[in-house]
This record gives sequence, structure tokens and C-alpha cells, in this order.
Amino acid sequence: MAPADPTSHGISTSDRFDPDSGRWIRELSGAGPQREAALARLHDLLLRIARRELQRRGSQLRITGPELDDLGYQAAADALLAIIVKLGQFRGESKFTTWAYKFVILEVSAKIGRHFWATPAVPMDAEDWERLPDRLGLDPARETERRELAGAVRRAVDEHLTLRQRQIFVAIVLDGVPMDALVAELGSTRNAIYKTMFDARRKLRDALAANGYLNDQTSRPS
Amino acid sequence: MNGWTALDRFLRTDPRDVGCGEAMELLHVYAELAAADASAAQRYPGIAAHLAACGPCGDDFDGLLAAIRDPAG
Repeated sequence: MAPADPTSHGISTSDRFDPDSGRWIRELSGAGPQREAALARLHDLLLRIARRELQRRGSQLRITGPELDDLGYQAAADALLAIIVKLGQFRGESKFTTWAYKFVILEVSAKIGRHFWATPAVPMDAEDWERLPDRLGLDPARETERRELAGAVRRAVDEHLTLRQRQIFVAIVLDGVPMDALVAELGSTRNAIYKTMFDARRKLRDALAANGYLNDQTSRPS
Repeated sequence: MNGWTALDRFLRTDPRDVGCGEAMELLHVYAELAAADASAAQRYPGIAAHLAACGPCGDDFDGLLAAIRDPAG
């Protein structure tokens, strides 16, 4: 990893950052043993955050022990690399450590998403509409309501969503694929998948309201 | 809560929602503000709306907040 030059990005460490953040930037941007020591300190910090975050999200993973620890090391190493590459983009809007923690948290999310496909619970394109009521937490005893709701949503999906919106709606809502896993599978971004789902949700709500299934009075984009 | 209410809640969208890109861009600023006081949502209503609606970004926010509050774990 080549050290980033803070001056090439207009960073004045003494003026723009709090003292602790300024020290991190100076040391990481420098050279020699001081930089190596700062890198090691930052790696330790990132590894601690990664491990705890993986523990916190344990229910999203089906791994434990050495494999989980390995994921933590990978997240910390990849976050450290990204931080060094983007060091010149740190603007001092937060503490340096808060900015750095964000990188490792996002790495943990991405790694959990990719790991989902190691043991997927259901194939991504399984279009089983009978799952919809359970996914919305409907009481299994309310059979008539479950059938009516699943039928109405399916018709609205058939009639109003694009193929891409349908693919993503089915994967997330019916198949229970986590968004970050879908991002990894489709080679997309979280923002693009979310936007597609956002538009699909709005279309479906409008269609269901127009057909009298849902109340029309909701907040809508102006 | 019946099924239609649950469906309505799931399908509702908030026009203030800024999306994942903008929320992630400012997540460190928002989380630090949220850790310090309660003004984050008032100052950044679009990010607050997004974090309430997007499970993965909400998870990232919770993780970052936990890291800020107790980095030693």
C-alpha cells in the first residue's frame, strides 16, 4: 500500500481535524516505523469492530468458530486497504475513527451478503406466492385473507412491474434473499437494488389502492 | 395487525428517503451526531427516513453506533 499524500488532497491536518484525527492522518500519510505502527493499530481496531459486528449479526450467518473469525480478518484487511486508498477523501466531518469504522461495518455487510450463497435457503428465482402471507407475518388460521392478499399482490406484480422489478421483488420478498446477497449475485449496488424495490413498492401500492385493497391516503412523492 | 395493514406498511414509501447511496455517504456524520444527541433525525430527515425503511442500511447504522459508543467492545 502506497502512503497517501495528504497535501495532494488539500488536507491541512493541524487546522481541519480534531487532534486525534489529525494524528491518525499524519501518521498514516507518513512513512517508516511510525506509519507501520499506525497501520497495525488501525488494523487491530478494525478487527475488533469486525468481530463484534459479526457476533451482533450472528443470526444472519450460518457459520461460527474459525470460519467466522476468518471473515472478521478479511473484513478488517479489506477495510484497511480501502481506508488507505481513500485517506485523502477524509474531510474531518467526523472523527477519523468513526469514518474508519464505517468502512469495516460495510465490509462486514458485503461479506455476509456474499457468504449467503454458500448455503442459500431457497433458489433465487423460486416464485412461490404461498410464502407471501408468512413473509408478512399473517396468521396461518386466516386462510381466506391469506389467499385474497397473495392473489391481489400477484396480479399487481403481473400487471405493473417491469421484469427487473419483478425479479428483485420475488427474490427479496418471496425468497427471502438478503439485499446484500442480491447485490453480490447480480453484480449490482445496494442503492440500485433499493431504488428498484422502492419504485416497485410504490407501483404496487398505487395499484392495490386503485383496486380498493388499500387505503388511498398515504404519503406520496410530490 | 391484519395482513392488509402489514402489506400497507411494507409497501409505503417515504418521499424524503434519500436512498442507500446518500445515506452511506453521510453515515459516519449521522451516526456521530446520533451518538452525541437526538438531533440527527431532525438535521438529516432524509437519512432518518431511509434508515427506518432499509434493513441493511439500518443494520450498518446500528453497528456503527455500537462501535462509536464502545469501540473496545
